[in-house]
Amino acid sequence: MIDFLQLLIYGIVLGSILTLGAIGASLVYGILRFANFAHGDMMTVGAYLALVAVTTTGMSVYVALPFAMIGGAAIAIFFDQIVYKRLRRTVPIILLISSFSTALILRSVTQLIWGPKNQVYEAGISLPYVVGGVRIRPDHVTIFVGSVLLIIAFHLFLKYTMAGKAMRAMSDNVDLARISGVNSERVFLWTWAIGGALAAAAGVFLALDTRLHPEMGWHVLLAVFAAVIVGGIGRPYGAIAGGMIIGVATELSTMVFEPAYKPAVAFALMVIVLVLRPTGVIKGQP
Amino acid sequence: MTTLLEVIDIRAGYGEADILNGLTLTLSDNEIAVIIGPNGAGKSTLMKAIFGLVSVHGGDIRFAGQVISGRRADQIAKLGLSYVPQERNVFASMTVHENLEMGAYLLRAGLRDHLSRVYDLFPQLQERRNQIAGTLSGGERQMLAMGRALMLDPRLLLLDEPTAALAPRYVAETFERIREIRSQGIGVLMVEQNARQALAVADRGIVLVMGQNRFEDSGPKLLANREIAEMYLGG
Amino acid sequence: MMEDLLGSVTFGVFFLTTVGIYVVSVLGLNLQWGMTGQLNFGIAGFFALGAYTSAIMTTAPSDHHLGGFEMPIFVGFAAAMIVAGITAVLVGLITVRLRTDYLAIATIGIAEIVRLFLKNEDWLTNGVRGIPGIPRPFEASVGDNMFVFMAIVFFCVVLVYLALERARRAPWGRVLRAIRENEMGAEAAGKHITRFRLEAFVVGSMIMGLAGALFAHQIGFISPEAFTPRFATFIVWVMLIAGGSGNNRGAMLGALVIWLVWSGTGFVTSIVPPEYATQVSAVRLLMIGVLVQVILLYRPEGLLPEKPPNSRT
Repeated sequence: MIDFLQLLIYGIVLGSILTLGAIGASLVYGILRFANFAHGDMMTVGAYLALVAVTTTGMSVYVALPFAMIGGAAIAIFFDQIVYKRLRRTVPIILLISSFSTALILRSVTQLIWGPKNQVYEAGISLPYVVGGVRIRPDHVTIFVGSVLLIIAFHLFLKYTMAGKAMRAMSDNVDLARISGVNSERVFLWTWAIGGALAAAAGVFLALDTRLHPEMGWHVLLAVFAAVIVGGIGRPYGAIAGGMIIGVATELSTMVFEPAYKPAVAFALMVIVLVLRPTGVIKGQP
Repeated sequence: MTTLLEVIDIRAGYGEADILNGLTLTLSDNEIAVIIGPNGAGKSTLMKAIFGLVSVHGGDIRFAGQVISGRRADQIAKLGLSYVPQERNVFASMTVHENLEMGAYLLRAGLRDHLSRVYDLFPQLQERRNQIAGTLSGGERQMLAMGRALMLDPRLLLLDEPTAALAPRYVAETFERIREIRSQGIGVLMVEQNARQALAVADRGIVLVMGQNRFEDSGPKLLANREIAEMYLGG
Repeated sequence: MMEDLLGSVTFGVFFLTTVGIYVVSVLGLNLQWGMTGQLNFGIAGFFALGAYTSAIMTTAPSDHHLGGFEMPIFVGFAAAMIVAGITAVLVGLITVRLRTDYLAIATIGIAEIVRLFLKNEDWLTNGVRGIPGIPRPFEASVGDNMFVFMAIVFFCVVLVYLALERARRAPWGRVLRAIRENEMGAEAAGKHITRFRLEAFVVGSMIMGLAGALFAHQIGFISPEAFTPRFATFIVWVMLIAGGSGNNRGAMLGALVIWLVWSGTGFVTSIVPPEYATQVSAVRLLMIGVLVQVILLYRPEGLLPEKPPNSRT
């Protein structure tokens, strides 16, 4: 039972990180209509941006988080304006391949600037809280609470601002949004800004949970996509459920399977969902 | 009466192929015009072409004196043109209220006035204002689609088969609403399968065949025309 | 002087052999993406399966991994293609119906699982320590001769190229193109789209398995580290896009040009201090990424655009 609770906590922590990544990936998928293969590497870059803030100013990583998010948003918008914008008239698959090379660019630039080694925000080990035999690291509390706050902020944005409503409308029905007067280019900018910022936050939390490494984001990309697909493409609230399901299932699987095969769990769940609904999880998505 | 919409010798279609081959029509404000014609004649394509949702290869479309062909859909909406597509015409994942808000997306202020006018026209929508649009019945959904299109106070409303998916009891009510809309000074251009009922409320009927306008006359005269009745109104 | 000459000959042979192996991979990918429109980002997985299969079949018996069975090398090649093919059938039966973008996501998962499997199943693969001592073809009769091996690689290239060109012109290839261009039309014509797509996916993956086997015998030692996506997947994609998707000659030209660029920038690695070596490899990767974007933006059809065998339909 203790083991189960312990793994559940790890699962919720992983699920929080995946959720933040999946919300953005799902929005981009639903609104710009392509699977953004650079989403994992956007997480990586966000984590390193926070590292820069931490090491240059000595600020704590919590203070660095907003800067990383702004940087993440800016980088996402940069690639959209320089590359994706010019490819919008082509088929979505070309955008997907383009994002695949964006991923390569982000990863190699990260390695170029910060080197290939593992790094951490703060050296030293913080003692875990022990609650009824279950060990909880302070970083885990930070990740969970931080994710919940960001998700609430994002929810309020979607629910109560016109930009948020326009994003939901575009994700629901592009043509109808346009004839209602929505300027799609502006919504695309919002989408990248939010997707990039949340990806950066996910990257910072992932680095808190494990460590910084140029390939850290690429390694969770599959799990992020699995969360997007399980939750339903273009459905940000579905992405929350998807992220939590993938995170918890991945950690709990170690009670049954070799821990080495953890990444396969996300894949298996994703394939099950795809096989049950091969044309996509939501009806009407082209 | 002033000319609101001019479609001049337009050629348009999906990709390279033209479905509209040199169609020309004009529409005045405060007028209901109904387009009828066999399937594949290009009725829906015309509506999409006006909003720039299909490729326009030739000709001109003007609205209130301005050329609108080649403009983005959101810029066209700004000029006072509204469009209710035949299918997928509501934001299914959003509430009724949010759908109407999206209709008023370009509005800077005065949302409440516009909302109350649409709710006056379609009282059922007010009862269901917090319901998700995807769960509405077909008739309610059509009302919401029209309500959304009316939020901005358009000068011209394009309706693509507003009664196609409706139970018979809603059909008459829909035409009644369309007449009400016109009485508020809004022009209506509609494509209809229920040709007889539509022509009965129309000021003008246009028969579209093979991407061109074949006949044009007042609604009652078209209804009385035997040749047209036989060919396009099912005898 | 003599040594210099020998050095450049060795380099030249090694270079051309490597290009040949990449050509085989790119041709396999061209069948999947160029001709059928299936996005496979899991090339590394099939490549690694082929490499490991052939290694296990042909090495001397070992306590550290399954086998080896000391079979002739061509048995190793055949087994590599069979294992890659069977895996592709299993994967394809589930994924081939999926929309292309879902397939792309699924294939990175497949490659990841293959990598985990090779890394963790010590009894089979010796885990991270890898498999050494993979023989060269005809080592017993002619010794370890690089020219012989290059000839074998080229033989495989010619064979795969001719087979794919023939398939491309055959009705089978026309159906694949029809599926790629417009699934509805092909379906209406009574073609079993799923079957054709599965066939293309499996045959393409088998060709990648063959390329992996050639690679294993070229290098002589394999470990899971050798099959990171960056070498086995990214570069193959860049080669195909640069050369011209859908055109088998373009695919071959792309492999040559990109490997020239890659090797040309590679010698920089040898003149900088070793501690910067990884940084230089990052610069090379960055160039590859930028190159793809530039190609997609300015010459999406590649160096040699696709020419349909028949006049435009």
